[in-house]
Amino acid sequence: MTTTIEEIDNFDSKAYLDMELLRFSTAGSVDDGKSTLIGRLLYDSKSIFQDQMDAIEAASAKRGEEYVNLALLTDGLRAEREQGITIDVAYRYFSTPKRKFIIADTPGHIQYTRNMVTGASTANLAIILVDARKGIIEQTYRHSYIASLLQIPHIIVCINKMDLVEWDEKTFNRIVNDYKAFASKLDIKDVHFLPISALAGDNVVNRSENMDWYQGPTLMYLLETIHIGSDLNHIDARFPVQYVIRPMKNEYHDFRGYAGRIAGGVFRVGDKVKALPSGFSSKIKSIVTMDGDLQEAFAPQSVTITLEDEIDISRGDMLVRENNMPQVEQEFDVMLCWMNEKQMVPRGKYILRHTSRECKCIVKETKYKLNINTLQRLEDDLELGLNDIGRVTIRTTVPLFFDSYRKNRNTGSIILVDESTNETVAAGMIV
Amino acid sequence: MIDYHLNHLKELEAESIYVLREVAAQFENPCLLFSGGQDSIVVLHLALKAFYPASVPFTLLHVDTGHNFQEALDYRDNLVKKHGLRLLVASVQEAIDKGLVREEKGYNASRNALQTIPLLEAIEKNKFDCAMGGARRDEEKARAKERFFSHRDEFGQWDPKNQRPELWNIFNGRKHVGEHFRVFPISNWTEMDVWQYIYQEQIEMPSLYFSHKRKVFERDGVWYAASEFIQNKPTEVIEERVVRFRTVGDITCTGAVFSEASTLEDIIQEVAASRTTERGTRADDKRSEAAMEDRKKAGYF
Repeated sequence: MTTTIEEIDNFDSKAYLDMELLRFSTAGSVDDGKSTLIGRLLYDSKSIFQDQMDAIEAASAKRGEEYVNLALLTDGLRAEREQGITIDVAYRYFSTPKRKFIIADTPGHIQYTRNMVTGASTANLAIILVDARKGIIEQTYRHSYIASLLQIPHIIVCINKMDLVEWDEKTFNRIVNDYKAFASKLDIKDVHFLPISALAGDNVVNRSENMDWYQGPTLMYLLETIHIGSDLNHIDARFPVQYVIRPMKNEYHDFRGYAGRIAGGVFRVGDKVKALPSGFSSKIKSIVTMDGDLQEAFAPQSVTITLEDEIDISRGDMLVRENNMPQVEQEFDVMLCWMNEKQMVPRGKYILRHTSRECKCIVKETKYKLNINTLQRLEDDLELGLNDIGRVTIRTTVPLFFDSYRKNRNTGSIILVDESTNETVAAGMIV
Repeated sequence: MIDYHLNHLKELEAESIYVLREVAAQFENPCLLFSGGQDSIVVLHLALKAFYPASVPFTLLHVDTGHNFQEALDYRDNLVKKHGLRLLVASVQEAIDKGLVREEKGYNASRNALQTIPLLEAIEKNKFDCAMGGARRDEEKARAKERFFSHRDEFGQWDPKNQRPELWNIFNGRKHVGEHFRVFPISNWTEMDVWQYIYQEQIEMPSLYFSHKRKVFERDGVWYAASEFIQNKPTEVIEERVVRFRTVGDITCTGAVFSEASTLEDIIQEVAASRTTERGTRADDKRSEAAMEDRKKAGYF
């Protein structure tokens, strides 16, 4: 959590109730200062508590380090501290008077692509770190490709360690141009470039005094102001039914409500809706919450919907508007990221989860595997192992109701589960 | 065009309600760990919302160290009565009497770590396939790596290096017989979010959280409530001070803060101004840098 000193002086509890939530992921390689940057954001926004600071000061001293190692704040597991690496996605929280932030801090090693995909799946924004001395490297390509594949709406490329290249503008411009040339091949909507020094703090929260040539915003300013209101789909109404609520109480004798989280669009009382897969139509009678009924509800609200007619609806079904249907298919293509040590079995059977629906499926065909460092399509090597990404055709035992991932991240995403181990083995974006 | 956006508390609430409903849908016999602490109070409030107008479809499980604040027990019992809930108590004292665990000796003796055994026993005996808790990722660094749906093997253990990837809002609660899940619906909340939400929702809280007079003593920089459960050193002086608790757990390891905060608004002001985390007043985390990770691996909540 928390708050800056300025905020404490005139803290307004009402204002805090109306803050926006921004989720972002960070990716970087082992030494390009990612943990230091996060430590810097937390430290300069006064989000590190005294006891946390005392603990890492003591730990740094014990390890014989000269300055306080801010990376120790984020490396939570014993193995991580011992090896000086980050193993798993760690979630961090801080807030300023303007926004509350959730950081998905993901490791950048080659073997941890699965963590980056995980962290990116819920992010509004990605921070990609580039070491100014090294410029664009393979990992930059990989991180950017994953951000594009996972459709993270905003990207901030932080060119870090500017202190080690004498705050040189030309170096910064060269890296920006290199990045733009490469990013033109990707599907990235909104990208920003910043010259920073995470270690010294330049352009992180406070403006740099070493780089007069840079007139743009600081990282914190961008994080606080970037427009995220249009990141969710509020056009195509989709309501996957999670759970059926039947109170079994006298006062609600005939109550039958469909509980779920709106995955896209807006639903209003009186809307004509269609239930999938049955295809029966009805009208929305009420939108129920414990705080009172609503006239309309939108993504990502969790509500309970009741209908005018008694039709058979259960978990895994979906309510949509009659004139705006999702795709209803049993066979479709996905970009699949394999996340398990055991490689994908060609024509293998898996359990598929999509919104609140679960069914069996078969991976019918692998079309190509992607070299995520070069974006080259490999059509002769079709084995998908841990951290591989490829395009596959999936056939399900029952029809799914979905949108392309580009159109809606909620209704366009799937996971595959191994039937024998129950492990989540892959994540897929419907093409 | 209308701007469809939720403020952060509404968005967190929607996410947590979604998780609670997934639990009800994916598990046969889930329970909700309830300690009377602010986090479990918020989870219960969210559960009331998630299933309204139906009742909460979970059993409440209280792992009781026997070293309780009476106020917390009274609060718990009132709540159970008010909402017609089912309550089950797993007792550390019973586990000690049965010889399942051995009580720590000495001045710093605490039953906190002993909770793991009766918890796992209650899960096994009642065939709970999921235990929900109010843990938050901002509390402690090992918790920062925790999933919403966290798999436990048949020994109740957590393997932090082999967690299932968790993407978007698709939760995989599939498991083999004998295994169970721990689910944390308010993973993404901070201490500040919790208090703001309590304020926004006007949730009734145990009196311990508000400023009151109490007999306390100082040990290693932390002020503890004097009680029959703690053995005092000869040098420790018990005095009456105006205090409140930022978190409520076992009386022997929950530290008090000097505070005049007597309303929810006061508490929020205090949380905003505070320069130590709430776990900074918990003796159980001060034992070593990886204290929480070790307890969690063994099956602690």
